[in-house]
Amino acid sequence: MSTIELGMPGRGLAGVPLLAEDAPAQTKKEFTSDQEVRWCPGCGDYAILATMQGFLPELGLKRENIVFVSGIGCSSRFPYYLDTYGMHSIHGRAPAIATGLATSRRDLSVFVVTGDGDALSIGGNHLIHALRRNVNLTILLFNNEIYGLTKGQYSPTSQVGSITKSTPMGSVDNPFNPVSLALGAEATFVARSMDSDRKHLTEVLRAATAHRGTSLVEIYQNCPIFNDGVFAVLKDREQAATRILHLVDGEEISAGDTVVVRGEAGSLTVVDRADADPARIVRHDVHAEDPSQAFAISRLIDPTLAHVPMGIFRDVDRPTYDDLVRDQVDASVEGLGGAASDADLDELLTGKDSWTVSA
Amino acid sequence: MVIQGMTATIQQLDRVVIRFAGDSGDGMQLTGDRFTTDAAILGNDLSTLPNFPAEIRAPQGTLPGVSSFQLHFADHDVLTPGDEPDVLVAMNPAALKANLADLPRGATIIVDTDEFTKRNLAKVGYAVSPLDDGTLESYAVHPVALTSITVEALAGTELSRKDKERAKNMFALGLLSWLYTRPTQSTERFLALKFGGKPDLLHANLLALRAGVNYGETTEEFAVRYEVGPAPMKPGRYRNITGNIALSYGLVTASHKTGLPLVLGSYPITPASDILHTLSGLKRFGVTTIQAEDEIAGVGAALGAAFGGALGVTTTSGPGLALKAETIGLAVSLELPLIVCDIQRGGPSTGLPTKTEQADLLQAMFGRNGESPVAVVAPQSPGDCFDIALEAVRIATTYRTPVIVLSDGYLANGSEPWAIPSIADLPGQRVAYTTEPNAVDDKGDPVFHPYLRDPETLARPWAVPGTAGLEHRVGGIEKADVTGNISYDPDNHDLMVRLRQAKIDGIADTIPPLEVDDPSADAKVLVLGWGSTYGPIAAAVRDLRLQGHHVARAHLRHLNPFPPNTGEVLQAYDRVILPEMNLGQLALLLRARYLVDIQSHTAVRGLPFPSSALADVILKAVNA
Ligand code: SF4
Repeated sequence: MSTIELGMPGRGLAGVPLLAEDAPAQTKKEFTSDQEVRWCPGCGDYAILATMQGFLPELGLKRENIVFVSGIGCSSRFPYYLDTYGMHSIHGRAPAIATGLATSRRDLSVFVVTGDGDALSIGGNHLIHALRRNVNLTILLFNNEIYGLTKGQYSPTSQVGSITKSTPMGSVDNPFNPVSLALGAEATFVARSMDSDRKHLTEVLRAATAHRGTSLVEIYQNCPIFNDGVFAVLKDREQAATRILHLVDGEEISAGDTVVVRGEAGSLTVVDRADADPARIVRHDVHAEDPSQAFAISRLIDPTLAHVPMGIFRDVDRPTYDDLVRDQVDASVEGLGGAASDADLDELLTGKDSWTVSA
Repeated sequence: MVIQGMTATIQQLDRVVIRFAGDSGDGMQLTGDRFTTDAAILGNDLSTLPNFPAEIRAPQGTLPGVSSFQLHFADHDVLTPGDEPDVLVAMNPAALKANLADLPRGATIIVDTDEFTKRNLAKVGYAVSPLDDGTLESYAVHPVALTSITVEALAGTELSRKDKERAKNMFALGLLSWLYTRPTQSTERFLALKFGGKPDLLHANLLALRAGVNYGETTEEFAVRYEVGPAPMKPGRYRNITGNIALSYGLVTASHKTGLPLVLGSYPITPASDILHTLSGLKRFGVTTIQAEDEIAGVGAALGAAFGGALGVTTTSGPGLALKAETIGLAVSLELPLIVCDIQRGGPSTGLPTKTEQADLLQAMFGRNGESPVAVVAPQSPGDCFDIALEAVRIATTYRTPVIVLSDGYLANGSEPWAIPSIADLPGQRVAYTTEPNAVDDKGDPVFHPYLRDPETLARPWAVPGTAGLEHRVGGIEKADVTGNISYDPDNHDLMVRLRQAKIDGIADTIPPLEVDDPSADAKVLVLGWGSTYGPIAAAVRDLRLQGHHVARAHLRHLNPFPPNTGEVLQAYDRVILPEMNLGQLALLLRARYLVDIQSHTAVRGLPFPSSALADVILKAVNA
């Protein structure tokens, strides 16, 4: 097997047509479809939808060039409520479908909306391969640590011991940490945010959309019906101040009086600032090629949510799958002198070993 | 007619069946392929049957490791790879043992005596060499020290002994080429291309090829050479083509004709992978290939591309079709064009990956949840795989529906001479997307209804992302008629289920009637087939007619929907015989649909029907 050098393509949404300069600014209303939103009252999905509808106009993209693809689950109803192109597909398969769409259409901005069951259980394979390939997609993973649509079974992010409809004595399987999983799958952009923090979510979405390649944004989302309050401690102002470790590029990672320092064997730990050895205090490097530190940060979380890193874990450039695939096709077509003619195809069909039978 | 030649008499034959057999590492497929090309260039009609183990390199010299390639070439129309080989080239004892039972008495056997060692004989349970104990006395055996003569012929080269031995397949090809008076130029050209960068290997292979020819010429081992004249064929340009290549080229041609870029989403699986390989080499025709992480992702990528306006294609075999079922169901609901090629192999489960079967018909028809109709078509010969691809794309794009193409391992790897069509003369026209609103709302403003159907085809509009004003959402949840909004209304669901079915049924209006081949118009028995049984059935029927029997024959290329006259055709005969390489799947469908008492004849041996066996079955019905 031989390898060849790959060039680095343009950034962000290069290739997706923008609105005309003199076009009137888009509004939230334009991105809102005429369909009645049908999540349960109080569901965190409402807040995420509102943030998204508010954020999309800011991109200045043509609405018709935006596509939302979802799988199955409460969150996957998302596309119906946005007046863009959309597909509500089947369980777990949205990343695969979106890969085909994004690869064949350079002019589209493609979002995937998925949940913890959809992305990490039935669709786990597609998720890791989308991340590995670095397809130009923005994946929003609504994590409520429960199955909502099927009425309350534990999910692959539910904590061990979760008492649910299908685990009356408590769940026994170890949950995934979605951020660690994504980093392990060589994701180029990984972030975490929360349904109720509109400002933070908008910022993260802005960066995720600007990233060329697969962006994975884990969004903590409250399901008031089947798993109410699972992130409550992060929503309480006072508690959040000591628990949420804000990730800011180039800055120390801290919450309240604590700060993240280098620990043993490559790990990181959270210590009181007063006790911290200044030489061991970690500065966040969002663009570090090596994902090890980002991974170590992702491990700081614990089941009690004592420390929860929030923000962008990793944002690095790597050629995207769809750009590279299109480059190969384009180079081949151009090499032939443009789109194939009838004669080119006749030549293909004739091949190298043909013969003539005369009358 | 016997002509006195230079070194041997030349005898004219009208047909020959040769089987090359050896270890999977012996290069028998290549040898067979080359002989085939030479036969084709000489103007013979032909048909081939490669037969290889699923393991890439099963233990050397064992029965499971035997790989073979059968070629039937003739001076007349050839319909099958032949029931019984006239000549067996056996490169080792295993190859002899595995194939001997298929040979008729009197057949010619050429063996590589160098491989008939004690050890190799023991590997396949021969206590004494069958060359010495009279086992082969009713055959014309030619023992040739193939390996050592090849090595000797290459004595002057720098190659290792192993590399020298590897050239023995070219020696065998040279010898057979001499025996059947075939020129070797095209093989020489082929070798020059193959070993362009490796002059020493090229030289060695050419030497071995020549040595094989010279061996025939100079030894007195073979007293007679044979000649098979060209078959009458319609004037035109021909090439030899396998089903998988023809299918690939058909898809590319359809993409060119429709103006829709071809996007293949596929996961490697035998015997479909060659389509992925071929299409991945055709990027210059704007073809995008995505080797997906699994079968489901393969069809998912194809469907995603179709949503974006591409000609979405996925290729697979039976186990993969099972995995793709849910996504095909989604495509039924989304009503988007999608081409699903199932190159059938022996099942269930992993089954017989390298052997042929037709047992996915019911899976293609019904292997999804809910009422989920799709169009199903099946090619009847390797060359027909090209035409069926065009037809599948026509149906998919006209009716916005998934179409399943049921090829099989026999068509995929088998080959035949193919009259090369001219692109300009082929059917197919540019497909246009919907670009304008198609309705008005209460206020009289233009709106787009994604499920407002074409009254004739019942197809819904295909509006692709990037089209301003037609933004819409589709999904697998039941949709309201016309608007496409989510709907749980009972009457609406009943209507939508019937509409989707009616749309598929309506395809029958645009497919040609089932043609019956009944030259005497006196037949009481109709033999019906579908897919790759075309050759064996046609050959059997031809033989029976030559014996003076009246038999009618018809072949279905459209399996869902059936051609509109299918019922009439079936009812016009006293008896209908339906041979299938399954346990009667099409028979089941036809009986249910047309209430005709079809006589199902089935075999699931992983091999095409021998036409002589079919002729016996048909004859019984004719005489009944
Ligand atoms: S079940 Fe939970 S996640 Fe689903 S809509 Fe209701 S509140 Fe939201």
